[in-house]
Amino acid sequence: MTGILHYLWLIPALPLLAAGILSLTRQPHRRFAATLAIGAMAVAFGLSLLAFFATLHPQGGIEAQHAVRNIPWFEFGATHLRIGWVLDPLTACMLVMVTFVGSLIFIYSVGYMAQDENFTRFFCFLSLFASAMLGLVIANSLLLFFMCWELVGLSSYLLIGFWYHKPSAAAAAKKAFIVTRIGDLGFFLGMLWLYAATGTLLFYDDGKGCLEAAAITKLVAQVTIGGMALSTIISLLIFCGAMGKSGQVPLHVWLPDAMEGPTPVSALIHAATMVAAGVFLVARVYPLMAGDASGASTNSSALTVVTWVGAITAVFAALVAVAQFDIKRILAYSTVSQLGYMMMGIGMGGYAVGMLHLITHAFFKALLFLGAGSVIHACHEEQDIRRMGGLQKHLPVTFATYAVGMMALSGVPLFFSSFWSKDEILHSALSWQPSRGPFYFGIAGAFLTAFYMTRQVWYVFFARKEPHISVPTAHASHPVPVEPHESPSIMTVPLIILAACAVLLSIIATPVWPWFHAYLSGHLEHLQVSFAISSQVLLTMLLSTCIVTAGISLAWWLYAVKPAQKGEEADALEKLQPDVFSLLRDKFLIDEIYEATAVRLNAVCARVSDWLDQFLWGGLIQAVSFLVLGLSWLNRLLDEFVVNLGFDKGCGSLRTSASILSHFQNGQVQRYLKVIGLAMSILALIFIWGRK
Amino acid sequence: MTPLHYYLIVSALLFAIGFAGALTRRNAILVLIGIELMLNAGNLNFIAFWRYGSHPEHHFTGLMFVIFSIAIAAAEAAVGLALIISIYRHYKTTNLDQVNSMQG
Amino acid sequence: MLTIVPLIGAVVLAGLESQKKSLARGMALSFSFVSLLLALLLWKNFDITASGIQFMERHRWIPSIGVEYFVGVDGLGLLMVLLSAIVVPFALLASWGIGEKANAYFSLMLFLQAGLFGAFTALNFFHWFIFWEMGLVPAYFLIKLWGGPERVSAATQFFIYTLLGSVTMLLGFVAIYLAAGTFDFIQLAEKGRNGGLAALFAIKPGWPGVSSGAIALMVFLGVFLGFAVKVPLIPFHTWLPNAYTEAPTGVSMVLTGVMSKMGVYGFIRILMPLFPNQMRSVLTPLLWLAVATIVFSAFAAFAQRDLKRMIAYSSINHLGYCLLGIFATLKLTDQGAQWPIEKAAALNGVFLQMFNHGLSASALFCFLGFLEQRTGARGLNDFGGLRKVAPVFCGLMGISLFASLGLPGLNGFIGEFLIFKGAFPLASWAASLSVIGLLVTAIFLLTILQRVFSGPLEARWAGFADLNLKERMIVFPVIALIFVLGIFPQFILQFITPTVVNMVAQLVS
Repeated sequence: MTGILHYLWLIPALPLLAAGILSLTRQPHRRFAATLAIGAMAVAFGLSLLAFFATLHPQGGIEAQHAVRNIPWFEFGATHLRIGWVLDPLTACMLVMVTFVGSLIFIYSVGYMAQDENFTRFFCFLSLFASAMLGLVIANSLLLFFMCWELVGLSSYLLIGFWYHKPSAAAAAKKAFIVTRIGDLGFFLGMLWLYAATGTLLFYDDGKGCLEAAAITKLVAQVTIGGMALSTIISLLIFCGAMGKSGQVPLHVWLPDAMEGPTPVSALIHAATMVAAGVFLVARVYPLMAGDASGASTNSSALTVVTWVGAITAVFAALVAVAQFDIKRILAYSTVSQLGYMMMGIGMGGYAVGMLHLITHAFFKALLFLGAGSVIHACHEEQDIRRMGGLQKHLPVTFATYAVGMMALSGVPLFFSSFWSKDEILHSALSWQPSRGPFYFGIAGAFLTAFYMTRQVWYVFFARKEPHISVPTAHASHPVPVEPHESPSIMTVPLIILAACAVLLSIIATPVWPWFHAYLSGHLEHLQVSFAISSQVLLTMLLSTCIVTAGISLAWWLYAVKPAQKGEEADALEKLQPDVFSLLRDKFLIDEIYEATAVRLNAVCARVSDWLDQFLWGGLIQAVSFLVLGLSWLNRLLDEFVVNLGFDKGCGSLRTSASILSHFQNGQVQRYLKVIGLAMSILALIFIWGRK
Repeated sequence: MTPLHYYLIVSALLFAIGFAGALTRRNAILVLIGIELMLNAGNLNFIAFWRYGSHPEHHFTGLMFVIFSIAIAAAEAAVGLALIISIYRHYKTTNLDQVNSMQG
Repeated sequence: MLTIVPLIGAVVLAGLESQKKSLARGMALSFSFVSLLLALLLWKNFDITASGIQFMERHRWIPSIGVEYFVGVDGLGLLMVLLSAIVVPFALLASWGIGEKANAYFSLMLFLQAGLFGAFTALNFFHWFIFWEMGLVPAYFLIKLWGGPERVSAATQFFIYTLLGSVTMLLGFVAIYLAAGTFDFIQLAEKGRNGGLAALFAIKPGWPGVSSGAIALMVFLGVFLGFAVKVPLIPFHTWLPNAYTEAPTGVSMVLTGVMSKMGVYGFIRILMPLFPNQMRSVLTPLLWLAVATIVFSAFAAFAQRDLKRMIAYSSINHLGYCLLGIFATLKLTDQGAQWPIEKAAALNGVFLQMFNHGLSASALFCFLGFLEQRTGARGLNDFGGLRKVAPVFCGLMGISLFASLGLPGLNGFIGEFLIFKGAFPLASWAASLSVIGLLVTAIFLLTILQRVFSGPLEARWAGFADLNLKERMIVFPVIALIFVLGIFPQFILQFITPTVVNMVAQLVS
């Protein structure tokens, strides 16, 4: 276990290196770019497998579960800030999932993006994305986690806005970054608070980490605002980040818009990386959320919030998905809904439950997105399911794999992975003490999932009409109908592999579940294969089977069996309930509400600040300057009319007298002599007569 | 022996003549001559008072004064004439009314 | 020595004939590179384990009023000297295209650099003040002679505003001199720490009937005003957007990159050691002012439609974080918990943020300069789709925008993280509110990226040229530094940490 631990950092570093090299590579080197990126991912996958096997044989007790390696990053003041990586079952299974699904998506992208002019750039961003996600998975420090988390946000921004010439793509990219950043603010504050309260951001650090018993006990004991335990409020703040990243209501708005990116990106975001990050975060800080370092499932107020947010999201998004027409948007809302399930699972049954669903979901959702991409590719960038139909003839491989994905997502019993993982969530919901509510929400969500997936598959592959696919050509003014075609094998092979995994996982998942649970929570003794199923579990399984069957058959009945659909654009549901349908189609008007509130508020604040700047502060300055100008004007008046006038008068009189006096000094010596003589004679006269 | 006041009258006349000349003449040389006359009137007074003073054979003060005065008058005349000549060179005139560039 | 080189350069250049443009440029550049070299030498010889002032040099100047030529640097001073030594050549290169009166332009730039070096190394108030003002005068002429259409009013506003601040500061220092009889920062700091400064005002009361505490507070406010204008702190900031917008590119870069740091530097070097008690007595309003600076300027930036103005406001916003960190460290905590780690974190963050902001903001202004030079436009809505024709330009400018946004891995993040890490426990509400600034900054920086580089390419910019080799060479070192500092902040932190520890020890004792 220690051997691989030293080299664990290579897993994110390799894709990062690939991204760095590719960012300097010129566009024509396509083959090099694809090889490098896929190669880096493949090696990372190999390393992840090694890491995974290493965790299967832990030595020592529970503490040794989390093998960590911490290194000082930088120093400030008298302390060091340390970051590091951790190898525990949670990390290991996540690593395997991300690198495996990631590699398949990379391979698929080679075919999908073959025509794009920014091919190398695309692989650069993909590698960056994968590397950020892998860094997040191995992080043993909330700070490192946050940094990778932000980098995930950055690369999703770059990839969603990859077709930057489309204004909608640029807007969607910005929206994704900003909406997730709103959540991140909570995360940031929670992190700061956690740091302030525990003095460390390392998760595991030989008993000194913030997720270990000493710190958690201290946090639970402290009471802060509103009588909440400190651990609760920090958990909730961190959960804000998870809500943003994992698209939980009400911060889900960016996820459907993120469909503006190329389809492999959607697959990567929705399956392996970005949205999984939020769930992974909650799983990672589960001890903090639960207020219990052992990681056993408990009921804490933070987890209750997580559960309810998840439950509401699950049903809300499923409802919206029912009324969408864009093939990728349906999948996007289904992702939101499934993420709700994961949160619910973590909230009620411990993180193993949620993680199981996360992993099964990653496979079939990647499958569905890549399948959708294949469909879109075949139909020449057409995404509206009403304009497709009857494609199963043209796209046999895609159809088969897509059907597997659809059944896996709907939770068709026994052979499809979601059945088991969703069942586990429903089971824990049934036995959840505080409320039965989430259970009913879960049931409703399962029903709706089956319904909308059937609807979508019917529209895309079965609808009895010829597809209206057309591409505008350069010469003809009328679009020319073209034949849809199957995708190249570089795209279909990953589909087949993923489909196989989706089925395979279910076979493994059933008996393995108790083992997986034990493995994740660190109580692994030895592998026990047990088929022992309690009656309660059996009951849930039966119930969910009924629900799924009901959902599929209702949809099938509505769309396929009921005739009179030909040529009509109206949806079957729309005819039944037009008002409800339009509300759902408009996504409960959430975007519009945000437009009217949050965005407007921002604009108003901006305008107010600008106004303050221009008129209040600027006005004050103006007032001061006017005051100064007025004073100086007054001063000038005084100068000119009081001081100067008197001074001028004085000067004038002085000058006049001087000019008079200057007559005496005319330079003529004889005149001076005359004066002297006159004076002398007067003096003489005075002497002569004055004596007497 | 002629009484003292004869000398004094002559000296006063001499002074008055010199003074009148210095005032009325416009030619600088004639003004200079007038000034010399006034100076010599003073000298005559010195001599007269010395001769008619007590013990002229013992006290030569008046005589010495006159001798110095004559010497200085000679020097003064030399300087004055030199000035007049240079003024003449400059202005081509010795008329004092026209030499008034230092007028205030 | 460091100060002398640009001074000589400036004098030599001023004497050049105005026709020899390329000669003037070359000489200015070589002089600034020599000073960069000197700064690097200084850095190399700097003892990173010592916390005190190093390279002290002291000569008598006007002994009768205690004026000395007294220089020396500690970690902070060295950091700032390095920053100015880096930003000035960068700005000179960015203003390569200045045509008219090039010798005067470059000479004034070097004067400016000399002023900056002098101000960051001086340890005697009088000496320091001279250089502080010496930075102001060339900046005024640079804006006034080479600026945009509104340059005259912008330059006048800038000059008068900052001069007003300087005057009140000078008055404050005259009062201090009358009371303490010295201009020496080190001696004054000694007195300020143990409260002796306020007591001195009682010994030599200037105004009868006013208590010594009130005089100390007034003196503090006078000095404070000088720095608050320079930083700037809302509501003393209105000169800044005009000045930055109207100034030519190179000058904007130096103004935002280095000159704005002089204010923050003053807060740390002068106000904090000299007036800790006075600052503490008005700490709450100060914190609110810092928060207002952060939040309002971010929103105001969002409301702007001129790219340069947006970046100017974002500059105010970033320096607001510095002030938040500084004010938070002054928070008086009880004897039991001194929070030395948090205070050290905040101060380290402030230093780092100053350096980082200097780099990324000057890089941004440089890019805007390129943009304006190519198109003559700089409105937010004037562009669109430039990424198609200028991918390198877009990529590099994107990197500096994200650096300024505080993306982890680039330089902005660590500074902001450390500031918040320190400020949050010390001033929770202020820090929590300031987080809004982070969000709004993200919004408007992404808006810039979206409006300028994305969307369909406008036909009139089809001929927009990407960065040529020379321009790439100009920005490359700064972009490289942005990455290096984002990944290895230890690189900077190692030599400021002892200084910070020393400051914190003085604050908590």
